[in-house]
Amino acid sequence: MTVQHDNACCCTAARRLTVDDLAVMREEYAARLHAPNMRHIFICGGTGCHATGSIAVKNRLVEEVAARGLTDTVRIVETGCNGFCALGPLLLVHPENIFYQKLAADDIPELVEEQLVHGRQVERLLYRDPQTKKPIPHFGDIPFFARQQPWTLRNKGVINPESVEDYIGRDGYRGTARALLEMTPESIVQEMLTSGLRGRGGAGFPTGMKWQFAQRSAGDVKYVLCNADEGDPGAFMDRSILEADPHAVLEGMIIAARAINAYQGYIYCRSEYPLAVRRVQIAIEQARALGLLGHNILGSGFDFDVEIYQGAGAFVCGEETALMRSIEGKRGMPRPRPPFPAHKGLWEKPTILNNVETLANVAQIMLNGGAWYASVGTEKSKGTKVFALSGDVNNIGLVEVPMGTPLRSIVYDIGGGIPKKRKLKAVQLGGPSGGCIPEAYLDVIIDYEEIAKVGAIMGSGGAIVMDDRTCMVDMARFFLDFIQDESCGKCTPCREGTRRQLELLEKICAGKGEDGDIELLEELSSMITESALCGLGQTASNPVLSALRYFRDEFDAHIKQKKCPAKRCAALLDFTVNADKCKKCGKCFQTCPVQAIAWQKKEVAVINRDICVRCMSCFEACPFDAID
Amino acid sequence: MSCCNHSHGVASGCCGTAENDSEITPEQWAEVHAIIARHKETPGALITVLREAQGVVGYFPIELLDCIAEGMNIPASDVFGVVSFYSLFSLNPKGRHTIKVCTGTACYVKGIREVINRIASEYGIREGETTEDRRFDLEGVRCLGACGLAPVMVVGEDTHGAVSADRVLELLKKYT
Ligand SMILES: Cc1cc2nc3c(=O)[nH]c(=O)nc-3n(C[C@H](O)[C@H](O)[C@H](O)COP(=O)(O)O)c2cc1C
Ligand code: SF4
Ligand code: SF4
Ligand code: FES
Ligand code: FES
Repeated sequence: MTVQHDNACCCTAARRLTVDDLAVMREEYAARLHAPNMRHIFICGGTGCHATGSIAVKNRLVEEVAARGLTDTVRIVETGCNGFCALGPLLLVHPENIFYQKLAADDIPELVEEQLVHGRQVERLLYRDPQTKKPIPHFGDIPFFARQQPWTLRNKGVINPESVEDYIGRDGYRGTARALLEMTPESIVQEMLTSGLRGRGGAGFPTGMKWQFAQRSAGDVKYVLCNADEGDPGAFMDRSILEADPHAVLEGMIIAARAINAYQGYIYCRSEYPLAVRRVQIAIEQARALGLLGHNILGSGFDFDVEIYQGAGAFVCGEETALMRSIEGKRGMPRPRPPFPAHKGLWEKPTILNNVETLANVAQIMLNGGAWYASVGTEKSKGTKVFALSGDVNNIGLVEVPMGTPLRSIVYDIGGGIPKKRKLKAVQLGGPSGGCIPEAYLDVIIDYEEIAKVGAIMGSGGAIVMDDRTCMVDMARFFLDFIQDESCGKCTPCREGTRRQLELLEKICAGKGEDGDIELLEELSSMITESALCGLGQTASNPVLSALRYFRDEFDAHIKQKKCPAKRCAALLDFTVNADKCKKCGKCFQTCPVQAIAWQKKEVAVINRDICVRCMSCFEACPFDAID
Repeated sequence: MSCCNHSHGVASGCCGTAENDSEITPEQWAEVHAIIARHKETPGALITVLREAQGVVGYFPIELLDCIAEGMNIPASDVFGVVSFYSLFSLNPKGRHTIKVCTGTACYVKGIREVINRIASEYGIREGETTEDRRFDLEGVRCLGACGLAPVMVVGEDTHGAVSADRVLELLKKYT
């Protein structure tokens, strides 16, 4: 069997792979990767890097490599998100493992000349340690990568997500082959139970148990669904997995389907993720053409197929019962459970729904065994977890660490700490259902129960770092605004209760807070939590409660002293220039959209408060915090 | 049979008189009919049909909703209910360029509010509105999943990362 390389896909002509073919393809891939004198350039083609210009960089690279006659010895691979998005466009040179960052198309001729022709590094394009400013050429020496344990993300940045050969070359479909040819549905579930894998979509329900329920449900027709709605703001791991390694998700679905005997699966993907939709579509077509989806997968006699279903912009559709309604073509309204989807799900048939990240782990577990997976982590939280680290932190990107890692290590060792020498105030975990973890509790370890103890949740893994300029009252207001926007409106506590909460917080931020407002907020919180119909309403008050728990003094300052200590709430700001702090740089003057600021070289700026529209631009722009 | 007892001919339009004073061109009607025909038999395909139809027409004038309801054999009130539920769908004509500002947490922390304020004051539109000359729509999206580049804004198909209030107007100039 011959396999074509690069972007050309071999699957236009349908043929069916066997386990032996998989082994041959693995050997071919290894031979290609380790061929003497061959270089592989992995250039990031994730959404982030596309946005910063990686397509132009890649095109230039292709041109330049051709112009120098290196086409036979240099293979250029466009990968999915490498994880370190803030440094894009970026690329990795294999086998030397040199990491280049923040590239522009015009950097390419020099990079090709130096690195590929002469084997010398281009120092100015290397990553630099933020503290010592020394370049760190080797990918593996960069702290951001060195301390991670990529299991779920094992293929990110090193395969072409549009090439099934690359995927198979890196052990792809071996887990499926084992599950389909060597295991029974019962032993698949048993392996999942042993692994201890818990759902990565938020609630952390044991995946093996969910599958077991569905397996035991009676019915000829069952469904496997993949939740790729990723509604939590600040989370982008599902998107990255779909864009970088779509076959891993398909494998998870095939194995789940075999475990419960389902014939059809759907991937519910939000329409805001066009690149993910495209890559998954390509993966599905490739898998079908090779007999990895469809009839008689790998000659096992088992049939299963997958379709993509695109969402239409409703956060609540990430909730499982709402998601199923939405696939049925209706308004995505949640319904009470029970009956649970394992008994009555999509079209009233037994259904399992799993998150993208959950599914991406499954093939690995089949291949290496549940015990292998469970060997990492804490007592009740096994394996690794991917976080989307963002906000006020130096190294923004995707971070995969073993369960049990301290949060502090994620923020400081991997994340490189807080920029501009500011102080960390809190890390927000779990999105609108979660809470903030203040500096004092930063040593909490990554574990479902430990995180819950300090008032946040693991959630889907969005970790947003906030520095001391963040106002926690304003953040609470922000999350309620989100919830108000996204509440489906079916039940009154969520629809009306959160509106009242939002009004209260808006009032406090506007400087009109009164005694008793906090108590009212708390009362509303417990009422909504107890009576809302679905997870959205039940958890809507969490960000408020955790802000009140750790930052009550900030609420008091807003209500009693009419002050916003973090200086975020415009109504409570003075908008005057502090003459002592002003370094006369003129940045505020340049940025004011309504010319409310008078400034001359070497003079302290002055704000005319009659003209000022309180847009906060000057405040953001001043490098010396001189505006009060 | 096509929807509304009309043939699929390009010129035939749909639903009696409505097509005459509608902004939908005959070519667009033909595409809409083709979309309906393709998905008619698939249970649950309404949202897919709506998404594709909006891709053709740009928004949902009433006659288009009626046509889809009839074609898919779904009560018009249900179709309207679905359209109004999902934020992807619009009942009003859109501008030439849609500015999607991310109002997710990471972008909020990194200052998207100032960016929105600047766009709002320059073009006189708030979130959910269209400029009078239909040049821009301003839409808030709850996380675009590119938080690494926060604050993020998507104009048409282009994603712009690390936008700032200072830079945003310059950036919008090329979208005419
Ligand atoms: C309001 C709401 C929104 C949700 N959004 C998502 C989402 O975007 N992605 C996701 O995987 N799970 C989401 N969930 C959780 C799902 O309902 C479900 O628990 C999960 O997809 C199950 O997969 P898992 O067991 O693999 O985690 C959401 C839950 C609620 C209540
Ligand atoms: S809790 Fe909110 S989102 Fe959930 S059903 Fe009730 S109104 Fe809808
Ligand atoms: S808040 Fe805005 S309008 Fe007021 S002085 Fe500062 S930049 Fe000018
Ligand atoms: S998109 Fe390139 S590193 Fe994330
Ligand atoms: S919060 Fe803006 S892209 Fe995620």
